[in-house]
Amino acid sequence: MAGKSLGAEFVKGLWAENPVLRLLLGMCPALAVSNSAINGLAMGLATLFVLVASNTMVSLIRRIVPSQVRIPTYIMIIAAFVTLADLCLKARLPEISKALGPYVPLIVCNCLILGRSEFFASKHPIIPSIIDGLGMGIGFTGVLVVLGMVREVFGSGAIFGFVFMGEDVFTPWVVMILPAGAFLTLGMLMGIINYIGNLRKEGP
Amino acid sequence: MKNANSAKMLLVLTGFAIVVGAILALAYQGFYPRIEANRIAEERRAIFSVLEKAKDYKTIEYTRDGGEVVKIFEGMDAGGNTVGYAFLTSGPGFSATIKIMVGINLDRRKLTGMKVVEHLETPGLGTKIEGDKFTVQFKGLAFEPKIEYLKGKKPEKSNQIQTITGATISSVAIVKAMNRRMKIVLEILEGGGS
Repeated sequence: MAGKSLGAEFVKGLWAENPVLRLLLGMCPALAVSNSAINGLAMGLATLFVLVASNTMVSLIRRIVPSQVRIPTYIMIIAAFVTLADLCLKARLPEISKALGPYVPLIVCNCLILGRSEFFASKHPIIPSIIDGLGMGIGFTGVLVVLGMVREVFGSGAIFGFVFMGEDVFTPWVVMILPAGAFLTLGMLMGIINYIGNLRKEGP
Repeated sequence: MKNANSAKMLLVLTGFAIVVGAILALAYQGFYPRIEANRIAEERRAIFSVLEKAKDYKTIEYTRDGGEVVKIFEGMDAGGNTVGYAFLTSGPGFSATIKIMVGINLDRRKLTGMKVVEHLETPGLGTKIEGDKFTVQFKGLAFEPKIEYLKGKKPEKSNQIQTITGATISSVAIVKAMNRRMKIVLEILEGGGS
């Protein structure tokens, strides 16, 4: 692991160790707020910020925190950044903050963030930790946006809030917007990704 | 050795808690004026959207017997004449509290409008409570003896509205919240000399 280049640390979050599709971390927000592309994007970016900031902090303090109290310390750091992000959204982007509702404060218990603190940042220097946070955060955001786009297209006939299929030509599949739609979409997406992964392994 | 370790644990945890607490307190103070300004701006927008004739408004605060403070917004036209009253009310919706602004015309005993201020309803279903098709029903709706709702039928009386298909709970929540608060507001505005 020590030999990995920074580039590899970044790219792994996008595909090979994608937090949602491969590690199955952070499922709650991935399922709950991916009902539209814009919500997915906002949630992804908020998580990205918290992930990079907490990875940085955890990596900085990794030598002074006794291992018995590391989890409460990490949670405290994560909670602080989440609260900052929440206040910032409320002050600057009140509309998005309202749409995301309680899911921003709930980033605290997103296991993706604690997971990366525990598995990566607490064992690596600061630069790789930031890169890891960036890669994982962008990978997470990407999946949320894709999920949001698929659900929005089928569930509201729109994409990024822009309606291109009116109700006269297309009956929205309401189930796609409800929680069940999240599971269906995520399952399909994972199936496709695994299928592609297997094809690659077997070779032509 | 063991004691030294416990001391370090305590020290690190306490230290972090104090630092984090201080940072958050500062951040909250820094952001608070902006958040409060956003809230007031939204309240303003909501008042003018339910009282279309109003050019200005003033806030009446009334303390009820239990110590509860009821806020009523009195809308005025350019000449300072009262054109209607607006008030906030809320009730449990499908997934969280729905907060709405309601405008009334006291002389004509009718609503002048309704605007959803805050909600977390299901996108695509419950969110239709914000849509024009639903909100327009409240314009000119008689609020006495109380507002009634019908499922899947066109309203027959002047105090009835039709709920949204697939969002009955959200629609009913609004009507109930209105009726509940309306009683209190009417009591205050017409409150027999008290």
